[in-house]
Amino acid sequence: MARELPYIAAIGEAVHQEMERDDTVLYFGQNLGLTEEDPFVKAFGNDRVRVTPISETAEIGMAVGAAFAGYRPVVQLYMSEFMLVAMDQVVNEAPRFYGMTGGQVKVPIVLQAGYGFTAGWAGQHTGTIYGMFMGVPGLKVVVPSTAADAKGLMTAAIRDDNPVILFHNYLLTLEHGDVPEGEHVVPIGDAALAREGSDVTIVGIGWTVGKALAAAEQLAGEGVSAEVIDARSLAPLDTATILESVEKTGRLVVVDQATRHASAAAIIAAEVASEGFASLKAAVELVTSLDATVPYSEPMEQYLLPNEAKIVAAVQQVLGSAPVAA
Amino acid sequence: MSENGLSKERLTWMFTQMVRIREFEERVKSTFEEHPGVIRGHTHLADGAEASIVGSLAALRPDDQLTTTYRCHGYPIALGADTKALMAEIYGRETGICKGYGGSMHLTDVDRGFLGTSGIVGQGIPHAAGAAWGAQIRGKGQVVLSFFGDGASKQGAFHETLNIASLWKLPVVFVMENNNYQAYTRVEQEDANAAVGEPLAVKAKAFSMPGVTVDGADPVAVHRTVGEAVERARSGEGPTLVESLVYRLSAHGNIIVPPGVPLHYPEHEAIAVFGNVEEYEAAKRGDPVPRFRAQLVTDETLTADEADEIAEAARTEMDEAVEFGLSSPLPAPERATDYVYA
Repeated sequence: MARELPYIAAIGEAVHQEMERDDTVLYFGQNLGLTEEDPFVKAFGNDRVRVTPISETAEIGMAVGAAFAGYRPVVQLYMSEFMLVAMDQVVNEAPRFYGMTGGQVKVPIVLQAGYGFTAGWAGQHTGTIYGMFMGVPGLKVVVPSTAADAKGLMTAAIRDDNPVILFHNYLLTLEHGDVPEGEHVVPIGDAALAREGSDVTIVGIGWTVGKALAAAEQLAGEGVSAEVIDARSLAPLDTATILESVEKTGRLVVVDQATRHASAAAIIAAEVASEGFASLKAAVELVTSLDATVPYSEPMEQYLLPNEAKIVAAVQQVLGSAPVAA
Repeated sequence: MSENGLSKERLTWMFTQMVRIREFEERVKSTFEEHPGVIRGHTHLADGAEASIVGSLAALRPDDQLTTTYRCHGYPIALGADTKALMAEIYGRETGICKGYGGSMHLTDVDRGFLGTSGIVGQGIPHAAGAAWGAQIRGKGQVVLSFFGDGASKQGAFHETLNIASLWKLPVVFVMENNNYQAYTRVEQEDANAAVGEPLAVKAKAFSMPGVTVDGADPVAVHRTVGEAVERARSGEGPTLVESLVYRLSAHGNIIVPPGVPLHYPEHEAIAVFGNVEEYEAAKRGDPVPRFRAQLVTDETLTADEADEIAEAARTEMDEAVEFGLSSPLPAPERATDYVYA
């Protein structure tokens, strides 16, 4: 049975259910579990649910240590930029131990981190920074675009034996969607087919999946059949599903809220250019944010971002460079 | 039982481990001259810190745990890890304790509670506290030791972690091995407490936990001090910062040069950087290994012959470790991607 839940509540439900299922799952971070009435504290007690000071290095570092000791900590970081003050733990500690110790040590931690809050949060709280992490061997990176996937990917992340960053999009926080009750696992490493089509493949990530779907709807009215792939997992990246789609459509547009050179889109384009060149009938188009610090004022902020019009224009570009079969 | 409360067996165990660590480290050092190129990258020796290492570990139960820095050879030796596998790891062999994936800086032996080592200064401190949180939840009285150097106490990881550990009363003991040098820099050049002549243990005051300073060249004193801190942690009263004063008898690490050039150890920074021969020679005279031997022979815990036999056994063991390492195969290249995801 599914029922509607907001995206952010779906993530919380996954954490709660996994804590019920597995005593080794811990949940901690700043400004949470503050009273006895908190639903997590009520259900699991303060041994497993703890508020921390503003100390990201210690929070993430202690998650690594608790994982050494057999636990599965989930660190609530709120904003992904807060990881930047603790980059060593995220990039050079958590994902290194399994390799450095020849497989002796596993680090099953989950970092829950919001991104892309382009709603007036200005320069330091709006970043789309998953590209900084998706190339780190040993680290998994997932970016749900729907409430159901938010639950399913968080569940998979907690059960995974590797460090996983779950990037949730702040603009989607209150977006409602059908979410399965009970156990719901979305395997990490699988992209999703969000809309079937035959003329062009549009790959979206997180927030841009909705933009891609809206553009596809508009394009359908113009007689263009766009297939939309939700990348969903950036590390490992499901290149096979994207290549399969491009093999069918011959054309690719990748839409990413990140700035171009720090985007996952650039990696996806490179993989398709390298592995799927024979399928391509036109150069790959990237629709990303423009390379600038996100401004506070709305007209400037919105100017930087991908939107439906930019996606439609990119699709017309890839279609225009090779005629569509009638 | 001697007047320090330790049995002959315990004191003999401590001396034996100190000698084994020293003999192992001497072999690592001589490998640079005798077998150039066998050890790659950066290697850090703990000669001079044996008493501190062994005195600390002697205070633990078998189910206790620890994390350390990249200067990590001594701990697994004292914990009983196979010295052949340890040397083979430093030599990059497939028979190494980490199968050649970690090398000198990342020796790990989870089965013996040696959970891991970070090569980045200070970053292993929160790992120990996280493991201690796990111990606190399990409620079986386990304690975690966190070993780090004086340099690490200027990292944010140190300050953030000591705050939480004290706040949560975690069963962790922070053992700061103060060897007076942050790599090549003297501690009073980079530490506000040291600059005004205060012990580094005063940093504990900021986190409302006890801070004590101990002579790290005296294994019995270290055992007593760390032992008290361990018991405090075990009983649920929270962490302690122990500043253990040691003198590293070798340079910070081997010289780092481009491949193909022999990578020997330079002189200690006291001489190489500061021209302070007197300081270094005084430290040599205070070498904890012969000092403890003399103490045990003088108080008749051991006879001179018994002490010599222990040293001889350690020499034989470490010769065999070198031989095993040199004769072990290097890993197959394609094993490089075996441990990306668990």
